[in-house]
Amino acid sequence: MVRPAARRPGQSRKAQTSLFVAYVIAVTGAVAGLLLAILSVADPVGFAALRVASHEVTAPVARGTRSVIGSISGIDDWVSAYVGAGSQNRRLRKELAETRRQLVATSALQEENRQLKVLLKLQDNDKAAVANGYLLTSTSTSSKRIALLSIGRNVGVASGQPVRGADGLIGRVLSSGPSVSQVLLLTDIDNIVPIRRARDGLPALANGRGNGDLDIRTLNIANNPFKPGDILVTSGTGGLYPPNIPVAIVVRRTPDGALARPLADPAQVDAVSVLRAYTPDNIEAQAVPAPLPAPAPQP
Amino acid sequence: MNRADTRRLGEPASLWRMRVVPVASVMLASALPLMLPMVASSPVLPPLGLLFFLCWQLLRIEMWPVWIGLPLGLWDDLFSGAPIGSAIALWTFASIAIQYFAQRIYWRGFFHDWAIAALLVAAIQSFAALIAHPDAHMGKVLGLVAPQIIVSALLVPLFMRLTGLFDNFRLKRR
Repeated sequence: MVRPAARRPGQSRKAQTSLFVAYVIAVTGAVAGLLLAILSVADPVGFAALRVASHEVTAPVARGTRSVIGSISGIDDWVSAYVGAGSQNRRLRKELAETRRQLVATSALQEENRQLKVLLKLQDNDKAAVANGYLLTSTSTSSKRIALLSIGRNVGVASGQPVRGADGLIGRVLSSGPSVSQVLLLTDIDNIVPIRRARDGLPALANGRGNGDLDIRTLNIANNPFKPGDILVTSGTGGLYPPNIPVAIVVRRTPDGALARPLADPAQVDAVSVLRAYTPDNIEAQAVPAPLPAPAPQP
Repeated sequence: MNRADTRRLGEPASLWRMRVVPVASVMLASALPLMLPMVASSPVLPPLGLLFFLCWQLLRIEMWPVWIGLPLGLWDDLFSGAPIGSAIALWTFASIAIQYFAQRIYWRGFFHDWAIAALLVAAIQSFAALIAHPDAHMGKVLGLVAPQIIVSALLVPLFMRLTGLFDNFRLKRR
């Protein structure tokens, strides 16, 4: 392609000025945009309204394509499931038999646990979900991992509430619009979750890597206690995430901790529930038993 | 007499269509990833809006003013998840860079265009990721967007052809 005519558009003063003005606008706007970006990194909530509004526009399309195609993100799993069906069937049957045996043992323990709790007059900590919805879609062209949740303020979703699937933690609500809300996924680089090892309560921090895995860093650096297969759950430290939600399983050790894979894959889960944020007033509201009904007047 | 055929000899293409087609293609491509029922665990899709934006400018450099990245970048920021403002700045700098390359290189060939687009995509995606995660480890952030940059660079010729198709439609006389 030949290069355009000379940079100066002829002798016309007007054309020269308008070209100059275009460059001034472009450079000023670009610098302003850069400042805006730095501001919105520092205060992501401030600019959330703009983004929520635009997501409200695309959400109906996402709902439509979802209902037509279903979720296409699990397609690689379907293919591999067909390929490995026979061996998987054998393995699953073996696992099922083993799990049944464990289930019997566990149910006995559960009953014992219930009786002991009644003795202690402990309330079963009821973590009733605010609402249930499903993940419509997510950003897929940038390094931020933000998913779009199909429910919003209309059912009481507010920013900061944790989101979980059946298998484990998904993330937290970043901002909520009238009918959709945005979820910062567990695997986002900026999402840090206080966790502990399920086996012995060893505290640690889970930090997203942005590519679907998590970095686990222990709080004491002296030794690296993690082993592949360790299950990590939320610790409830620092509020926000209620304790004992499954988070991840350790895949391998790294020099400064471990690499873990989330137990709930956002691409695979169908329904998610939005929980109450684990803040002091919410905890107290759950812990206080319902007031006893006033005794009936004696005749 | 055929009443439907009201074309006149030498009539130019519709001005409205000439203006709208490029802008609409970039805007639609920016918003498309959020309309697909797919929850991605890493940046898997190439930046579709950005690729169309660069290809339009490489094909028709005189079509847009140099500040066109301001509105189109804002639109892309709303959907990409990157902090609002990053694409405004980076897309506009890309426009200026394309203007500069067009002045410097006398005859731009296909491979020149490909190289310019690949270079700009790599720079924009890297800087956008670094702006979005200022506290994270730099190597990790760049490693995260590297596969996407490679895929985007390989897809540039395809997007050039698509842009060419749209351009033919844009300039078609009715």
